[in-house]
Amino acid sequence: MTPLRHVGAILLRQLYLMRGNPARLIPLFAWVAIDVVLWGFITRYLDAVSASGFSFVPVLLGAVLLWDFFGRVMQGVTMAFFEDVWSRSFLNVFSTPLTLPEYLAGLVLSSVATSAVGVAVMVSVARGAFGLSFLRYGAALAPFLGVLFLFGIALGVLGCAIVLRLGPSAEWLIWPIPAVLSPFAGVFYPVATLPGWMRAVSRALPPSYVFDGLRAVVAGRGASAPALAAGAGLALLWLAAAGWLFVEVHRAAVRTGRLARYGAES
Amino acid sequence: MSGPVLEVEALCKRYGAELAVDGVGFRVERGETVGLLGPNGAGKTTTINTILGVLAPTSGSIRVDGCDLARHRSRALARANFAAVYAPLPGNLTVEQNLRVFGLLYGVAGLGARIEALLDDLDLRRFRRTKVGLLSSGEQTRVALAKALLNRPRLLLLDEPTASLDPATAREVRARIRAFAASGEGGVLWTSHNMAEVQEVCDRVLFLSHGRILLAGDPRTLPAEHGKATLDDLFVAVAREPLSIREAP
Repeated sequence: MTPLRHVGAILLRQLYLMRGNPARLIPLFAWVAIDVVLWGFITRYLDAVSASGFSFVPVLLGAVLLWDFFGRVMQGVTMAFFEDVWSRSFLNVFSTPLTLPEYLAGLVLSSVATSAVGVAVMVSVARGAFGLSFLRYGAALAPFLGVLFLFGIALGVLGCAIVLRLGPSAEWLIWPIPAVLSPFAGVFYPVATLPGWMRAVSRALPPSYVFDGLRAVVAGRGASAPALAAGAGLALLWLAAAGWLFVEVHRAAVRTGRLARYGAES
Repeated sequence: MSGPVLEVEALCKRYGAELAVDGVGFRVERGETVGLLGPNGAGKTTTINTILGVLAPTSGSIRVDGCDLARHRSRALARANFAAVYAPLPGNLTVEQNLRVFGLLYGVAGLGARIEALLDDLDLRRFRRTKVGLLSSGEQTRVALAKALLNRPRLLLLDEPTASLDPATAREVRARIRAFAASGEGGVLWTSHNMAEVQEVCDRVLFLSHGRILLAGDPRTLPAEHGKATLDDLFVAVAREPLSIREAP
Protein backbone atom coordinates (compact mmCIF):
# COMPACT_ATOMS: atom_id res chain seq x y z
CA MET A 1 0.00 0.00 0.00
CA THR A 2 2.73 2.45 0.99
CA PRO A 3 4.74 2.01 -2.25
CA LEU A 4 1.57 2.74 -4.22
CA ARG A 5 1.04 5.94 -2.21
CA HIS A 6 4.64 6.97 -2.87
CA VAL A 7 4.34 6.35 -6.60
CA GLY A 8 0.95 8.07 -6.60
CA ALA A 9 2.48 11.15 -4.95
CA ILE A 10 4.95 11.61 -7.81
CA LEU A 11 2.16 11.22 -10.36
CA LEU A 12 -0.20 13.47 -8.41
CA ARG A 13 2.34 16.25 -8.43
CA GLN A 14 2.44 16.21 -12.24
CA LEU A 15 -1.35 16.18 -12.45
CA TYR A 16 -1.56 19.16 -10.10
CA LEU A 17 0.93 21.07 -12.23
CA MET A 18 -1.00 20.37 -15.42
CA ARG A 19 -4.31 21.22 -13.84
CA GLY A 20 -2.88 24.43 -12.42
CA ASN A 21 -1.57 25.78 -15.69
CA PRO A 22 -3.18 25.04 -19.08
CA ALA A 23 0.04 26.20 -20.76
CA ARG A 24 1.57 22.92 -19.57
CA LEU A 25 -1.09 20.94 -21.44
CA ILE A 26 -0.54 22.57 -24.82
CA PRO A 27 3.00 21.20 -25.45
CA LEU A 28 1.68 17.69 -24.78
CA PHE A 29 -0.12 17.71 -28.12
CA ALA A 30 0.73 20.92 -30.02
CA TRP A 31 4.06 19.82 -31.50
CA VAL A 32 2.90 16.34 -32.38
CA ALA A 33 -0.21 17.76 -34.03
CA ILE A 34 1.97 20.12 -36.09
CA ASP A 35 4.22 17.20 -37.04
CA VAL A 36 1.25 15.13 -38.16
CA VAL A 37 -0.21 17.97 -40.24
CA LEU A 38 3.15 18.82 -41.84
CA TRP A 39 4.05 15.24 -42.67
CA GLY A 40 0.48 14.46 -43.64
CA PHE A 41 0.59 17.06 -46.41
CA ILE A 42 4.10 16.05 -47.48
CA THR A 43 3.05 12.42 -47.87
CA ARG A 44 -0.17 13.42 -49.66
CA TYR A 45 1.90 15.49 -52.10
CA LEU A 46 4.38 12.63 -52.61
CA ASP A 47 1.48 10.26 -53.29
CA ALA A 48 0.18 12.70 -55.91
CA VAL A 49 3.45 13.25 -57.80
CA SER A 50 4.82 9.72 -57.55
CA ALA A 51 3.92 7.35 -60.34
CA SER A 52 5.27 4.33 -58.47
CA GLY A 53 1.97 3.47 -56.81
CA PHE A 54 3.83 3.37 -53.47
CA SER A 55 1.66 4.70 -50.65
CA PHE A 56 3.68 7.20 -48.66
CA VAL A 57 0.98 7.90 -46.09
CA PRO A 58 1.33 4.78 -43.94
CA VAL A 59 5.11 4.60 -44.36
CA LEU A 60 6.14 8.19 -43.73
CA LEU A 61 3.24 9.53 -41.68
CA GLY A 62 3.06 6.30 -39.70
CA ALA A 63 6.78 6.57 -38.99
CA VAL A 64 6.41 10.17 -37.84
CA LEU A 65 3.60 9.19 -35.50
CA LEU A 66 5.52 6.34 -33.95
CA TRP A 67 8.73 8.37 -33.59
CA ASP A 68 6.74 11.14 -31.92
CA PHE A 69 5.23 8.53 -29.61
CA PHE A 70 8.74 7.44 -28.61
CA GLY A 71 9.79 11.08 -28.07
CA ARG A 72 6.70 11.83 -25.95
CA VAL A 73 7.37 8.82 -23.73
CA MET A 74 10.99 9.86 -23.20
CA GLN A 75 10.10 13.48 -22.51
CA GLY A 76 7.32 12.42 -20.18
CA VAL A 77 9.95 10.89 -17.89
CA THR A 78 12.47 13.71 -18.17
CA MET A 79 9.90 16.49 -17.75
CA ALA A 80 8.62 14.97 -14.51
CA PHE A 81 12.21 14.77 -13.26
CA PHE A 82 13.04 18.30 -14.42
CA GLU A 83 10.18 19.61 -12.29
CA ASP A 84 12.17 18.51 -9.25
CA VAL A 85 15.30 20.10 -10.71
CA TRP A 86 13.60 23.41 -11.48
CA SER A 87 11.79 23.65 -8.15
CA ARG A 88 14.89 22.50 -6.20
CA SER A 89 12.87 19.79 -4.51
CA PHE A 90 15.54 17.11 -4.20
CA LEU A 91 16.21 17.74 -0.52
CA ASN A 92 12.52 17.58 0.37
CA VAL A 93 11.72 14.64 -1.92
CA PHE A 94 14.72 12.41 -1.19
CA SER A 95 14.57 12.91 2.58
CA THR A 96 11.17 11.19 2.62
CA PRO A 97 10.67 7.39 2.90
CA LEU A 98 10.36 7.29 -0.92
CA THR A 99 12.65 4.66 -2.48
CA LEU A 100 14.43 5.09 -5.81
CA PRO A 101 12.38 2.38 -7.59
CA GLU A 102 9.21 4.12 -6.38
CA TYR A 103 10.50 7.47 -7.61
CA LEU A 104 11.35 6.04 -11.03
CA ALA A 105 7.97 4.26 -11.18
CA GLY A 106 6.32 7.62 -10.48
CA LEU A 107 8.25 9.21 -13.36
CA VAL A 108 7.19 6.37 -15.67
CA LEU A 109 3.53 6.71 -14.67
CA SER A 110 3.74 10.46 -15.24
CA SER A 111 5.09 9.72 -18.69
CA VAL A 112 2.26 7.28 -19.43
CA ALA A 113 -0.27 9.94 -18.45
CA THR A 114 1.30 12.76 -20.49
CA SER A 115 2.23 10.71 -23.56
CA ALA A 116 -1.30 9.24 -23.69
CA VAL A 117 -2.62 12.74 -24.33
CA GLY A 118 -0.16 13.27 -27.20
CA VAL A 119 -0.89 9.87 -28.72
CA ALA A 120 -4.65 10.41 -28.61
CA VAL A 121 -4.29 13.71 -30.46
CA MET A 122 -1.81 12.26 -33.00
CA VAL A 123 -3.99 9.29 -33.83
CA SER A 124 -7.14 11.44 -34.08
CA VAL A 125 -5.54 14.02 -36.42
CA ALA A 126 -3.90 11.35 -38.59
CA ARG A 127 -7.17 9.49 -38.95
CA GLY A 128 -9.44 12.52 -39.34
CA ALA A 129 -7.28 14.56 -41.71
CA PHE A 130 -5.27 11.96 -43.62
CA GLY A 131 -7.19 8.71 -43.31
CA LEU A 132 -4.38 6.86 -41.57
CA SER A 133 -5.85 4.35 -39.13
CA PHE A 134 -3.58 2.24 -36.97
CA LEU A 135 -6.53 -0.01 -36.18
CA ARG A 136 -6.06 -1.46 -39.68
CA TYR A 137 -2.94 -3.24 -38.39
CA GLY A 138 -4.65 -4.49 -35.26
CA ALA A 139 -2.75 -6.35 -32.57
CA ALA A 140 0.32 -6.67 -34.84
CA LEU A 141 1.19 -3.10 -33.90
CA ALA A 142 1.22 -3.71 -30.13
CA PRO A 143 4.69 -5.28 -29.85
CA PHE A 144 6.22 -2.46 -31.92
CA LEU A 145 4.63 0.14 -29.67
CA GLY A 146 5.80 -1.82 -26.63
CA VAL A 147 9.44 -1.76 -27.79
CA LEU A 148 9.27 1.98 -28.52
CA PHE A 149 7.67 2.58 -25.12
CA LEU A 150 10.37 0.62 -23.27
CA PHE A 151 13.15 2.40 -25.17
CA GLY A 152 11.51 5.80 -24.53
CA ILE A 153 11.39 5.05 -20.81
CA ALA A 154 15.01 3.84 -20.89
CA LEU A 155 16.27 6.99 -22.60
CA GLY A 156 14.18 9.14 -20.25
CA VAL A 157 15.76 7.51 -17.21
CA LEU A 158 19.19 7.82 -18.86
CA GLY A 159 18.53 11.53 -19.41
CA CYS A 160 17.60 11.94 -15.73
CA ALA A 161 20.85 10.24 -14.70
CA ILE A 162 22.86 12.56 -16.95
CA VAL A 163 21.21 15.69 -15.52
CA LEU A 164 21.60 14.42 -11.95
CA ARG A 165 25.29 13.82 -12.63
CA LEU A 166 26.14 16.93 -14.67
CA GLY A 167 23.78 19.51 -13.16
CA PRO A 168 20.66 21.37 -14.30
CA SER A 169 22.27 22.95 -17.37
CA ALA A 170 22.80 19.48 -18.83
CA GLU A 171 19.08 19.36 -19.64
CA TRP A 172 20.00 20.89 -22.99
CA LEU A 173 21.88 17.69 -23.79
CA ILE A 174 18.69 15.71 -23.28
CA TRP A 175 16.13 17.50 -25.46
CA PRO A 176 17.83 16.73 -28.82
CA ILE A 177 18.40 13.01 -28.14
CA PRO A 178 15.46 11.79 -30.32
CA ALA A 179 16.60 14.01 -33.22
CA VAL A 180 20.18 12.76 -32.90
CA LEU A 181 19.05 9.12 -32.88
CA SER A 182 16.52 9.31 -35.73
CA PRO A 183 19.03 9.05 -38.64
CA PHE A 184 20.48 5.89 -37.06
CA ALA A 185 17.11 4.35 -36.22
CA GLY A 186 15.96 4.20 -39.85
CA VAL A 187 12.70 5.95 -39.08
CA PHE A 188 12.05 7.01 -42.67
CA TYR A 189 14.22 4.60 -44.66
CA PRO A 190 15.49 1.04 -44.35
CA VAL A 191 18.60 0.64 -42.21
CA ALA A 192 20.22 -1.04 -45.24
CA THR A 193 20.37 2.44 -46.82
CA LEU A 194 22.92 3.55 -44.23
CA PRO A 195 26.71 3.31 -44.53
CA GLY A 196 28.39 0.55 -42.57
CA TRP A 197 29.36 2.53 -39.47
CA MET A 198 25.83 3.93 -39.11
CA ARG A 199 24.36 0.45 -39.54
CA ALA A 200 26.59 -0.71 -36.67
CA VAL A 201 25.13 2.00 -34.45
CA SER A 202 21.59 1.26 -35.56
CA ARG A 203 21.96 -2.40 -34.56
CA ALA A 204 22.22 -1.24 -30.93
CA LEU A 205 19.02 0.82 -31.18
CA PRO A 206 15.70 -1.00 -30.65
CA PRO A 207 13.72 1.44 -32.88
CA SER A 208 15.70 0.33 -35.95
CA TYR A 209 14.16 -3.15 -35.56
CA VAL A 210 10.74 -1.60 -35.01
CA PHE A 211 10.76 0.56 -38.13
CA ASP A 212 12.21 -2.12 -40.40
CA GLY A 213 9.52 -4.48 -39.11
CA LEU A 214 6.75 -1.93 -39.57
CA ARG A 215 7.77 -1.28 -43.16
CA ALA A 216 7.50 -5.02 -43.75
CA VAL A 217 4.02 -5.08 -42.17
CA VAL A 218 2.84 -2.14 -44.30
CA ALA A 219 4.24 -3.85 -47.40
CA GLY A 220 2.19 -6.91 -46.49
CA ARG A 221 5.21 -9.15 -45.86
CA GLY A 222 4.78 -9.51 -42.11
CA ALA A 223 7.41 -8.64 -39.52
CA SER A 224 10.32 -10.90 -38.64
CA ALA A 225 9.62 -12.35 -35.19
CA PRO A 226 13.34 -12.86 -34.36
CA ALA A 227 14.11 -9.24 -35.32
CA LEU A 228 11.25 -8.00 -33.18
CA ALA A 229 12.41 -10.18 -30.28
CA ALA A 230 15.92 -8.76 -30.71
CA GLY A 231 14.47 -5.23 -30.55
CA ALA A 232 12.49 -6.09 -27.41
CA GLY A 233 15.53 -7.69 -25.78
CA LEU A 234 17.67 -4.67 -26.59
CA ALA A 235 15.03 -2.30 -25.19
CA LEU A 236 14.97 -4.28 -21.93
CA LEU A 237 18.77 -4.16 -21.81
CA TRP A 238 18.73 -0.39 -22.32
CA LEU A 239 16.10 -0.07 -19.59
CA ALA A 240 18.10 -2.16 -17.13
CA ALA A 241 21.29 -0.22 -17.95
CA ALA A 242 19.55 3.16 -17.57
CA GLY A 243 17.99 2.12 -14.24
CA TRP A 244 21.35 0.86 -12.98
CA LEU A 245 23.06 4.09 -14.08
CA PHE A 246 20.45 6.26 -12.33
CA VAL A 247 20.84 4.32 -9.10
CA GLU A 248 24.64 4.57 -9.29
CA VAL A 249 24.59 8.30 -10.09
CA HIS A 250 22.16 8.86 -7.21
CA ARG A 251 24.36 6.81 -4.87
CA ALA A 252 27.40 8.87 -5.90
CA ALA A 253 25.40 12.10 -5.43
CA VAL A 254 24.50 11.01 -1.88
CA ARG A 255 28.12 10.07 -1.18
CA THR A 256 29.69 13.26 -2.54
CA GLY A 257 27.02 15.65 -1.26
CA ARG A 258 25.90 16.64 -4.77
CA LEU A 259 22.30 15.72 -3.98
CA ALA A 260 22.18 17.86 -0.83
CA ARG A 261 23.59 20.91 -2.61
CA TYR A 262 22.05 20.28 -6.02
CA GLY A 263 20.47 23.73 -6.07
CA ALA A 264 23.97 25.19 -6.25
CA GLU A 265 24.94 23.06 -9.29
CA SER A 266 25.05 24.96 -12.55
CA MET B 1 9.10 2.81 22.30
CA SER B 2 10.77 4.84 25.03
CA GLY B 3 14.41 5.24 23.89
CA PRO B 4 15.94 8.34 22.35
CA VAL B 5 14.45 9.62 19.10
CA LEU B 6 17.92 10.16 17.66
CA GLU B 7 21.20 8.41 18.37
CA VAL B 8 24.24 9.54 16.42
CA GLU B 9 27.44 7.58 17.06
CA ALA B 10 30.98 8.36 15.86
CA LEU B 11 29.67 10.16 12.78
CA CYS B 12 32.35 11.15 10.27
CA LYS B 13 32.05 12.78 6.87
CA ARG B 14 35.15 13.29 4.79
CA TYR B 15 35.36 15.21 1.49
CA GLY B 16 38.72 14.21 0.09
CA ALA B 17 41.28 15.47 2.59
CA GLU B 18 38.78 17.63 4.44
CA LEU B 19 37.01 16.19 7.47
CA ALA B 20 33.66 18.04 7.63
CA VAL B 21 32.30 15.99 10.56
CA ASP B 22 34.78 14.31 12.84
CA GLY B 23 33.45 11.65 15.20
CA VAL B 24 30.28 13.40 16.30
CA GLY B 25 28.04 11.54 18.73
CA PHE B 26 24.93 12.68 20.56
CA ARG B 27 21.34 11.79 21.42
CA VAL B 28 18.03 13.58 21.34
CA GLU B 29 15.55 12.31 23.90
CA ARG B 30 11.77 12.30 23.59
CA GLY B 31 10.34 15.69 24.57
CA GLU B 32 13.75 17.32 24.33
CA THR B 33 14.88 20.19 22.11
CA VAL B 34 18.58 20.12 21.35
CA GLY B 35 20.36 23.05 19.75
CA LEU B 36 23.15 22.32 17.30
CA LEU B 37 25.28 25.44 17.31
CA GLY B 38 28.46 26.58 15.68
CA PRO B 39 29.92 29.02 13.18
CA ASN B 40 29.34 28.67 9.45
CA GLY B 41 31.18 25.63 8.15
CA ALA B 42 31.29 23.94 11.55
CA GLY B 43 29.46 20.88 10.23
CA LYS B 44 25.87 21.53 11.37
CA THR B 45 24.19 21.21 7.98
CA THR B 46 26.43 18.28 7.04
CA THR B 47 25.29 16.53 10.22
CA ILE B 48 21.63 17.28 9.48
CA ASN B 49 21.95 16.12 5.87
CA THR B 50 23.39 12.79 6.99
CA ILE B 51 20.50 12.35 9.43
CA LEU B 52 18.08 13.08 6.56
CA GLY B 53 19.71 10.39 4.42
CA VAL B 54 20.62 12.78 1.59
CA LEU B 55 24.33 12.61 2.46
CA ALA B 56 26.11 9.34 3.18
CA PRO B 57 28.43 9.42 6.19
CA THR B 58 31.97 8.16 5.72
CA SER B 59 31.55 6.19 8.95
CA GLY B 60 29.40 6.09 12.03
CA SER B 61 25.78 5.23 12.66
CA ILE B 62 22.46 7.03 12.92
CA ARG B 63 19.33 5.60 14.52
CA VAL B 64 16.00 7.41 14.33
CA ASP B 65 13.53 6.20 16.95
CA GLY B 66 15.53 2.98 17.15
CA CYS B 67 15.67 2.41 13.35
CA ASP B 68 19.10 2.20 11.80
CA LEU B 69 19.16 4.69 8.91
CA ALA B 70 21.70 2.74 6.85
CA ARG B 71 19.78 -0.52 7.04
CA HIS B 72 16.16 0.62 7.23
CA ARG B 73 16.24 3.94 5.41
CA SER B 74 12.52 4.23 4.60
CA ARG B 75 11.40 3.16 8.07
CA ALA B 76 13.80 5.59 9.74
CA LEU B 77 12.87 8.52 7.48
CA ALA B 78 9.13 7.85 8.01
CA ARG B 79 9.78 8.74 11.68
CA ALA B 80 11.57 12.02 10.90
CA ASN B 81 10.82 15.24 9.07
CA PHE B 82 12.49 18.58 8.62
CA ALA B 83 12.20 22.20 7.65
CA ALA B 84 15.06 24.37 6.45
CA VAL B 85 15.20 27.80 4.95
CA TYR B 86 17.34 26.49 2.06
CA ALA B 87 14.88 23.70 1.19
CA PRO B 88 11.77 25.45 -0.10
CA LEU B 89 8.67 23.47 -1.01
CA PRO B 90 7.71 23.50 -4.72
CA GLY B 91 6.52 27.07 -5.26
CA ASN B 92 4.29 26.10 -8.20
CA LEU B 93 2.01 23.93 -6.04
CA THR B 94 -0.57 25.34 -3.64
CA VAL B 95 -0.26 24.89 0.11
CA GLU B 96 -2.85 22.11 0.11
CA GLN B 97 -1.30 20.36 -2.92
CA ASN B 98 2.14 20.40 -1.28
CA LEU B 99 0.75 18.95 1.93
CA ARG B 100 -1.13 16.26 0.01
CA VAL B 101 1.90 15.24 -2.08
CA PHE B 102 4.25 15.11 0.92
CA GLY B 103 1.57 13.47 3.06
CA LEU B 104 1.45 10.63 0.52
CA LEU B 105 5.25 10.44 0.44
CA TYR B 106 5.33 10.11 4.24
CA GLY B 107 2.44 7.61 4.19
CA VAL B 108 0.27 9.72 6.52
CA ALA B 109 -2.89 7.91 7.59
CA GLY B 110 -6.10 9.99 7.50
CA LEU B 111 -4.30 12.55 5.36
CA GLY B 112 -7.30 14.78 4.64
CA ALA B 113 -8.08 15.28 8.32
CA ARG B 114 -4.39 15.80 9.15
CA ILE B 115 -4.09 18.52 6.51
CA GLU B 116 -7.20 20.28 7.82
CA ALA B 117 -5.82 20.18 11.38
CA LEU B 118 -2.46 21.61 10.31
CA LEU B 119 -4.08 24.33 8.21
CA ASP B 120 -5.87 25.42 11.38
CA ASP B 121 -2.93 24.94 13.77
CA LEU B 122 -0.56 26.98 11.62
CA ASP B 123 -3.14 29.55 10.53
CA LEU B 124 -2.83 28.58 6.87
CA ARG B 125 -6.46 27.97 5.98
CA ARG B 126 -6.80 31.17 3.94
CA PHE B 127 -3.73 30.19 1.89
CA ARG B 128 -4.77 26.61 1.13
CA ARG B 129 -5.30 27.35 -2.58
CA THR B 130 -2.41 29.83 -2.88
CA LYS B 131 0.78 28.75 -4.60
CA VAL B 132 3.57 28.51 -2.05
CA GLY B 133 5.89 30.61 -4.22
CA LEU B 134 3.50 33.56 -3.83
CA LEU B 135 3.61 33.56 -0.02
CA SER B 136 5.79 35.78 2.16
CA SER B 137 8.84 34.18 3.77
CA GLY B 138 7.03 33.96 7.12
CA GLU B 139 4.05 32.25 5.52
CA GLN B 140 6.34 29.89 3.62
CA THR B 141 8.04 28.99 6.88
CA ARG B 142 4.68 28.09 8.38
CA VAL B 143 3.92 25.90 5.35
CA ALA B 144 7.32 24.22 5.69
CA LEU B 145 6.55 23.63 9.35
CA ALA B 146 3.15 22.14 8.45
CA LYS B 147 4.91 19.78 6.04
CA ALA B 148 7.46 18.94 8.76
CA LEU B 149 4.68 18.06 11.22
CA LEU B 150 2.53 16.13 8.71
CA ASN B 151 3.67 12.65 9.74
CA ARG B 152 3.78 13.43 13.49
CA PRO B 153 7.54 12.86 13.41
CA ARG B 154 9.44 11.37 16.29
CA LEU B 155 12.41 13.46 15.21
CA LEU B 156 11.94 17.00 13.95
CA LEU B 157 14.98 18.59 12.33
CA LEU B 158 14.91 22.34 11.99
CA ASP B 159 17.79 24.12 10.27
CA GLU B 160 17.53 27.83 11.08
CA PRO B 161 13.73 27.79 10.93
CA THR B 162 13.37 31.39 12.04
CA ALA B 163 16.03 32.92 9.77
CA SER B 164 14.57 35.84 7.79
CA LEU B 165 11.40 35.94 9.89
CA ASP B 166 10.13 39.06 11.63
CA PRO B 167 10.19 38.86 15.45
CA ALA B 168 6.45 38.25 15.78
CA THR B 169 6.44 35.36 13.29
CA ALA B 170 9.63 33.93 14.80
CA ARG B 171 7.96 33.96 18.21
CA GLU B 172 4.96 32.09 16.79
CA VAL B 173 7.21 29.48 15.19
CA ARG B 174 9.11 28.96 18.43
CA ALA B 175 5.83 28.51 20.29
CA ARG B 176 4.76 25.81 17.80
CA ILE B 177 8.00 23.95 18.20
CA ARG B 178 7.91 24.17 21.98
CA ALA B 179 4.37 22.79 21.89
CA PHE B 180 5.53 19.91 19.69
CA ALA B 181 8.36 19.02 22.09
CA ALA B 182 6.12 19.45 25.12
CA SER B 183 3.72 16.85 23.76
CA GLY B 184 6.44 14.35 24.68
CA GLU B 185 6.10 12.20 21.58
CA GLY B 186 9.06 13.55 19.68
CA GLY B 187 12.32 15.41 19.99
CA VAL B 188 13.74 18.37 18.11
CA LEU B 189 17.19 19.06 16.72
CA TRP B 190 17.43 22.78 16.07
CA THR B 191 20.14 24.89 14.51
CA SER B 192 20.13 28.63 14.88
CA HIS B 193 22.50 31.57 15.01
CA ASN B 194 20.13 33.44 17.30
CA MET B 195 21.49 32.74 20.79
CA ALA B 196 18.58 34.38 22.61
CA GLU B 197 16.24 32.08 20.73
CA VAL B 198 18.38 29.06 21.55
CA GLN B 199 18.32 29.92 25.26
CA GLU B 200 14.56 30.30 25.11
CA VAL B 201 13.82 27.09 23.22
CA CYS B 202 16.57 24.51 23.76
CA ASP B 203 16.94 22.18 26.73
CA ARG B 204 20.48 21.37 25.74
CA VAL B 205 22.99 22.69 23.22
CA LEU B 206 25.93 21.16 21.37
CA PHE B 207 28.65 23.49 20.12
CA LEU B 208 30.28 22.27 16.93
CA SER B 209 33.60 23.56 15.68
CA HIS B 210 35.61 22.11 12.81
CA GLY B 211 33.31 19.10 12.73
CA ARG B 212 33.68 18.18 16.41
CA ILE B 213 31.45 18.75 19.43
CA LEU B 214 33.41 21.12 21.64
CA LEU B 215 30.80 21.81 24.30
CA ALA B 216 27.53 20.39 25.44
CA GLY B 217 25.16 21.49 28.17
CA ASP B 218 22.30 23.67 29.34
CA PRO B 219 22.29 26.92 27.31
CA ARG B 220 21.31 28.87 30.41
CA THR B 221 24.23 27.73 32.57
CA LEU B 222 26.89 26.89 29.97
CA PRO B 223 28.23 30.46 29.49
CA ALA B 224 29.00 30.89 33.20
CA GLU B 225 30.58 27.44 33.35
CA HIS B 226 33.10 28.65 30.77
CA GLY B 227 33.65 32.12 32.15
CA LYS B 228 31.48 33.93 29.63
CA ALA B 229 28.71 36.40 30.33
CA THR B 230 26.32 35.30 27.61
CA LEU B 231 25.71 32.50 25.14
CA ASP B 232 26.65 34.99 22.41
CA ASP B 233 30.09 35.44 24.02
CA LEU B 234 30.53 31.71 24.29
CA PHE B 235 29.56 31.31 20.63
CA VAL B 236 32.14 33.91 19.60
CA ALA B 237 34.79 32.19 21.71
CA VAL B 238 34.01 28.83 20.10
CA ALA B 239 34.10 30.40 16.65
CA ARG B 240 37.33 32.39 17.14
CA GLU B 241 39.32 30.49 19.75
CA PRO B 242 38.10 26.89 19.71
CA LEU B 243 41.39 25.70 21.20
CA SER B 244 40.71 27.74 24.35
CA ILE B 245 37.57 25.71 25.00
CA ARG B 246 37.81 22.30 26.60
CA GLU B 247 36.29 19.62 24.38
CA ALA B 248 33.10 17.87 25.52
CA PRO B 249 33.69 14.35 26.90
